[in-house]
Amino acid sequence: MRRTVRDVVFVDGVRTPFGKAGAKSQYAETRADDLVVALIRELMRRNPQLPPEAIDEVAIAATTQTGDQGLTIGRTAAILAGLPRSVPGYSIDRMCAGGMTAATNVMAAIAVGGADVAIAGGVEHMTKHPMGEGFDPNPRIISEKLVDPAALNMGVTAENLHDRFPHLTKERADAYGVASQEKYAKALADGKIQQDLVPIQIWSSEKGWGLAVADEPPRPGTTMEGIANLKTPFRPRGRVTAANASPLTDGATACIVAAADVAEQLGLPAKMRLVSFAFAGVEPEVMGVGPVPATEKALARAGLSIDDIGLFELNEAFSVQVLALLDHYGIADDDPRVNPWGGAIAVGHPLASSGVRLFTQLARHFETHPEVRYGLTSMCVGLGQGGTVIWENPHHADYGKENDK
Amino acid sequence: MSDTGYTEVVTHAKVREVELPLGAGTMALITLDNGHDHSKPNTLGPQTLASIDAAIDAALAVTGVVAIGITGKPFWVAAGADLKGVQVITDREQALDVARTGHRVLGRLGDSPVPSFAFLNGAALGGGLEIALNSTYRTASRAAGALALPEVAIGLLPGWGGNWLVPNLVGADNAVTVIIDKPLNNKVMKADEAAGLGLVDAVFDGADFLAQSLLWAAKVLRGDETVQRPEIDRSEQTWGAAIARARGIAAAKGRGTYPNADKAIDLIAEARTATKAEGFALEDEGLADLIMSDTTRANLYAFDLVQRRAKKPAGAPDRSLARKVEKVGVVGAGLMASQLALLFARQMKVPVVITDLDQQRVDKGVAYVHGEVDKLVAKGRMDADTSNRVKALVTGTTDKALFSDADFVIEAVFEKMEVKQQVFGELESFVKPECVLATNTSSLSVAEMAKDLQYPERVVGFHFFTPVALMPTLEIAPTDRTDDATLATAFAVGKAIKKNCVWSKDATAFIVNRLLMRGLGEAITTVDEGTPFQVADEGVVKAGFPLGAFILIAMTGPGVALHTAESLMQAFPDRFTASPGFAAMVAAGKPAIYLWDEKGKASVDPEVAALWPQGDRPSTAEQVATRIKEAMADESRHMLDEGVVQAPQDIDLAMIGGAGLPLPHGGLLPMLDSEGISERVTGRRFLPPGVASVPTT
Repeated sequence: MRRTVRDVVFVDGVRTPFGKAGAKSQYAETRADDLVVALIRELMRRNPQLPPEAIDEVAIAATTQTGDQGLTIGRTAAILAGLPRSVPGYSIDRMCAGGMTAATNVMAAIAVGGADVAIAGGVEHMTKHPMGEGFDPNPRIISEKLVDPAALNMGVTAENLHDRFPHLTKERADAYGVASQEKYAKALADGKIQQDLVPIQIWSSEKGWGLAVADEPPRPGTTMEGIANLKTPFRPRGRVTAANASPLTDGATACIVAAADVAEQLGLPAKMRLVSFAFAGVEPEVMGVGPVPATEKALARAGLSIDDIGLFELNEAFSVQVLALLDHYGIADDDPRVNPWGGAIAVGHPLASSGVRLFTQLARHFETHPEVRYGLTSMCVGLGQGGTVIWENPHHADYGKENDK
Repeated sequence: MSDTGYTEVVTHAKVREVELPLGAGTMALITLDNGHDHSKPNTLGPQTLASIDAAIDAALAVTGVVAIGITGKPFWVAAGADLKGVQVITDREQALDVARTGHRVLGRLGDSPVPSFAFLNGAALGGGLEIALNSTYRTASRAAGALALPEVAIGLLPGWGGNWLVPNLVGADNAVTVIIDKPLNNKVMKADEAAGLGLVDAVFDGADFLAQSLLWAAKVLRGDETVQRPEIDRSEQTWGAAIARARGIAAAKGRGTYPNADKAIDLIAEARTATKAEGFALEDEGLADLIMSDTTRANLYAFDLVQRRAKKPAGAPDRSLARKVEKVGVVGAGLMASQLALLFARQMKVPVVITDLDQQRVDKGVAYVHGEVDKLVAKGRMDADTSNRVKALVTGTTDKALFSDADFVIEAVFEKMEVKQQVFGELESFVKPECVLATNTSSLSVAEMAKDLQYPERVVGFHFFTPVALMPTLEIAPTDRTDDATLATAFAVGKAIKKNCVWSKDATAFIVNRLLMRGLGEAITTVDEGTPFQVADEGVVKAGFPLGAFILIAMTGPGVALHTAESLMQAFPDRFTASPGFAAMVAAGKPAIYLWDEKGKASVDPEVAALWPQGDRPSTAEQVATRIKEAMADESRHMLDEGVVQAPQDIDLAMIGGAGLPLPHGGLLPMLDSEGISERVTGRRFLPPGVASVPTT
């Protein structure tokens, strides 16, 4: 049989409000799998045209796959959500790019005809599962100097990135962080953030039942003066602080992706079309630079240049890591095309969840920016990786036409 | 009430502000939570009601509050009023106070200045459901284990608003279904059924029940969602028909022993025209009357026995001493043995081997089990995979060597000491030394059966009632030599097959059959004296038994009954006497004294009547009933004095599940106490006042 590679579209994406990890998190006594279940059910409610039995895969990412994130959460969440037993599911992990990889995996499967419609998402309950929980490093990592053990700590790698690019100063990192908070606050005030938030029922043995409706991590009103003297926990007199790094976060994301023709048949919206994607490895000690080679590869595969990209959703694990990408392409720190609603520094970064949040937000930007044809989502990954996905805007006049370049 | 030793497990009402979706405003959401896990349900006692009262104050004090919500901890809204608190009430004022406080506090949900929403996320029974009924709106989760107003089944009525609110919400006929029919048939509702009856306004799946309920509440508050309630037909005719149906149900189920059901029906009738205030006042008075009645106290006592005491049998050794049972042997392939094999295989899911003397009988036993399994599948009570599993578990053989790896072997062979001794003796040469040898004898001495064995400490009495699958009671009778591991294993097996285990001394006929034969023997004596069969049977029913003596005897088999009677005559010749008529009937091979026509109507078999010599001193049914009760009071006292049971409560527990004595009588002893029979016959009560009756202080 001859294979035809099919176009893949992003149908819809949602997320939970994010919780600020710790004993006081709004999700401190709520299970990680229940977060995913609520999202799958909301996706089905928002897209009643999609028959549940038509879902060919439920791929859910989690960095720590144990406890309430264990035992193939993609399958357990599908069952708990009430999807038909005939719908399969799996778990996946690429640390921070877990959700992104869940999506690219199922999209690749759709492209080659291995599936028609899939749900992809990610969850990280960092209150219950601190980063690296239960990890047992191989002694060869140290004995053979494969990786500087310090590179297992993400904050340390961010400090290393400042060393590599001395012109990416603490002041620039702080300014970027302040801007992220401001942009998020404005988007919230404008009602943008809420569109794809799913209210989550939460339990507290002290307060009883409640409803999570808003993100906890953002710190509105953050100023340069206010953060100038924050502690630098990863290095004495270092540059990385709580204000230019993403906070530890609890949350989940999920999306529906589908073959373009199947989406059309079912009457499902196509909010974005997949153009290309790529993952790339870098030195673990400077993992934050990972998006650069990933973006190079993704652009090359798409036959596009950075100038073709009209909108960026970049995961803000650390300011310096976003700045490294922008700096590489000569994009200004405050370029309005970048993270128009702020990023992970404000809203939080529940590791494996974040990739799908980038998609969902880019899809919303596309709706209000028909002049933009291509958008780019990218993120760095612990132990030295980057991932980039490039999308086309269906609202653009030239959507679907062959690219001239 | 501090001197009663009763301490309320307080369910706390926690208030949390919730920002509703769609900008609908702030809801003050009350969560009921006793701080324990799902195995200990929320209950509603006086301090809990005070906590809810305070929570409503706090909710109404929330700035800008647009609605009150109320829901339960995971899996439970509430199991109902705290019954232990009801049982310690000593005067009517206290009883009235329980009713009035419930009305006042829960009623606030209905009279609140902002709408109230009850979200039934888990089981809501009795007062738990009345919280919702008092609220303005109700949602229920498809995952909620049970929604019900079980009050009528336990001697009470839905007295925190339910009796008036339900008919005024869903009409008289549905109210009869909810308040009378379901509890008397031991049925509860799931969310969709409750919604169908009109009890709840919206139903959502369990997965995101509360989130969806809050969204629904937001839509109702915004006016996006209109709540449709059925128009109630208040015509006298419709209402009257419903009341007539209710009386019929109560009469059929109650046999005149449920005065509280009559009261609940009266209140449904009144609800047609009574205002809410009047309805609630009637509930106050009705509930207070019931709480101060011995029948209700006896009912609550019996409910507690089957709910609580049955789960922790008195006399059972520590369960950690029990050995694992991974293979069961059944000696005998008759009807009883086959029923046992099915029970073990179905409930314990372990291999069960049936043996008998010849292959034909063995095959018949296995075929019986397979046939019963097929019936369960046909009724939709077992799926195909499980039926394959259960059938494969039950095998038959004539070779007892296959018992070599069994952990528990029970004999159900012919009721004769020498036969049973021989079976156990033979078994010992095959089974391992720690294998429990259990006997389903109904009247032989277990110790005698074990006396010549190499390991008599592994022998225990394990006595079922017919029909085995339905009757809850299982008498477990250790001998003086039975060791703790054997006894603990026997209780563990009894629990695994879902029986209510009752410890019994290894005394002739144990508990139920001894009392039954004493009582029925008295009825038979009145027949010998000249009482017509049917009048004697009427007396048996009047004494509280579910069926007449001669129907009960027909069910167990007259031969078995006579054998038990003879064992008892031998053991207690002064109290158990022979009936020549009964002996003649068994000798003639008559299965029953009655003949049933095609319509099921019974008449006395003239051949039996001819066989049965009768005197000329007939008794009335009332006289028969009294003599039965007196005989059983006398026998109960003997049994307690001999230590046949651990406590009087075990007589009642055993008789409820083994002889079908009704809960509103509290089983047997509370009835004998309350009618003064205990004191007249034995000189004292069985249970102190207050245990199963209104305290007399």
